[in-house]
Amino acid sequence: MTLRPNWKSTCKAILYLLPALLILITFNIYPIIKSFLMSFYTDYDYFNNVVHARGLTNFITLFNDQNFIKALSNTLIFVVGVVPISIILSLLIALLLNSKIKFLGFFRTIYFLPFVTSVVAVAIVWGWIFHSDYGLLNYFLGWFGVDPIKWITDPNFAMLALIILSIWKGLGFNIIIFLAGLQNINQQYYLAAKVDGASAWNRFKTVTLPLLSPTMFFISIISIINAFKVFDEIFALFNGRPGPANSTLTVVYYVYQKFYEEWQFGLASAAAFVLFIFVFIFTLIQLIIGKKFVHYQ
Amino acid sequence: MTKAALSKTTIYILLSIGSILMLLPFVWMISTSLKAPNEVMAMPPVWIPSEINWTNFTEALKVAPFDRYFLNSVIVTILSTVGELITTILAAYAFSRIQFFGKHVIFAVLLGTMMVPGEVLLIPNFVTLSNLGWIDTYKALVVPWTASVFAIFLLRQFFLGIPKELSYAAQVDGCSEFKFLWYVMVPLAKPALITVALLKVINSWNAFLWPLIVTNTQELRTLPVGLSAFTTEAGVKYELLMAASSMVVLPMIILFFIMQKYIVAGVARSGLKG
Repeated sequence: MTLRPNWKSTCKAILYLLPALLILITFNIYPIIKSFLMSFYTDYDYFNNVVHARGLTNFITLFNDQNFIKALSNTLIFVVGVVPISIILSLLIALLLNSKIKFLGFFRTIYFLPFVTSVVAVAIVWGWIFHSDYGLLNYFLGWFGVDPIKWITDPNFAMLALIILSIWKGLGFNIIIFLAGLQNINQQYYLAAKVDGASAWNRFKTVTLPLLSPTMFFISIISIINAFKVFDEIFALFNGRPGPANSTLTVVYYVYQKFYEEWQFGLASAAAFVLFIFVFIFTLIQLIIGKKFVHYQ
Repeated sequence: MTKAALSKTTIYILLSIGSILMLLPFVWMISTSLKAPNEVMAMPPVWIPSEINWTNFTEALKVAPFDRYFLNSVIVTILSTVGELITTILAAYAFSRIQFFGKHVIFAVLLGTMMVPGEVLLIPNFVTLSNLGWIDTYKALVVPWTASVFAIFLLRQFFLGIPKELSYAAQVDGCSEFKFLWYVMVPLAKPALITVALLKVINSWNAFLWPLIVTNTQELRTLPVGLSAFTTEAGVKYELLMAASSMVVLPMIILFFIMQKYIVAGVARSGLKG
């Protein structure tokens, strides 16, 4: 075992790294650069791989396209609709699961189930649950005197249906992460707080929340990134359409349409790039806010 | 009832209500998949079919070749998981045990790529694959997924925790480095490797957008892609749709029940989605 790098050890390392690097460079690093370059291709012959013209036209076209603006605003609505509710619900369930009760493994398994299952399969099941005449949801709402809602076919409700499905699907993952975070909190803090006579709510506010903030921070970053990339749910729930009257058209869906249905590679790359910028900015903002509020033990 | 017992009861009630909401879609799926057509649209809903109707599964298999899709999913999942494990083990060993020029730069670049959403890579990867003539082959479904920065990172962290003295002892005993990696390091890293493998299996089995784009022929469809196409083929025969959905979902649920212990610990430790 050598302690300092030399040419011999470097050659050996390259041999070990070769399989992984070959794949990662071809399918990860090169495409990142390529997709950035492609977003500037304004006249591209895909069959012969010849670029006739480059420029900023793609980005100008994008921001003049009503559908792209719609896709952007829908994506933001989706992020705002899913992330906060999902975080609050999963924190609540994780807190309940963190108490000393029986059947813990059983409950944990149930909440985690949607995470391991195919989005396409469960979206089809939910599509049936959302059915306006024979769906379970309207049947249950009927008990409370609510008139049947056209969840899937009414543009006003399609996004809500998508948000409900997505929260249900993603809850388990957040719960597991929160549980891990809760179990990392040193019990001594709670004992100290109890000795000082702090109420349950005060213990939660002054011990749990601050010490859980790194977990909270991690979950909010992952949730926002994932919410920005929603696609499978939409495709499956609305039968390969972005909802009635484009009501659930999101940025990734837009990329898919431009790329796969219309073969506009330059425009699709530009849209994907805009998505990346959005995700990047949001992550950056969170990192800055995080610095202020996240406490490490 | 004491105050403590009361709060425990409340916890049980709340957790049970939540569990019912989480389970309901699955129960509804399985129940519908076993119903006769006349019970499917019944209002109020029928929860337990008056007669268990297994024919929905055979009927679904007649409309679409789900056995073929199933086989494809199994092949793609196994190959990409095995491939990823091999590349990950080798790379993680280099990053954790060998000193070499450019180590930190390469590692930082790799970690940086994790920030880019996969959708950005879709188009150039599609172009690369069609230039290679791989569209509509198993290679397109498997090869791009046989390496993952996240997996390398996770395993490297684990390898770093294995005492260096072990390597020295092996060296003294005349054990080659390569043998040492496979016979000592890999068995020791079993928990981390199971985590990596399980997350890969889940992601690979459920992958949708990529297989949708790189396959055009029915023979190469994986289960989620086949299921999605089936929704138009089956029309509004919900009992068939639910039978097909069950076929996609149940293998993962069974696997999850068996491996539950590992996956919960693994995901909690790594905290990432693969």
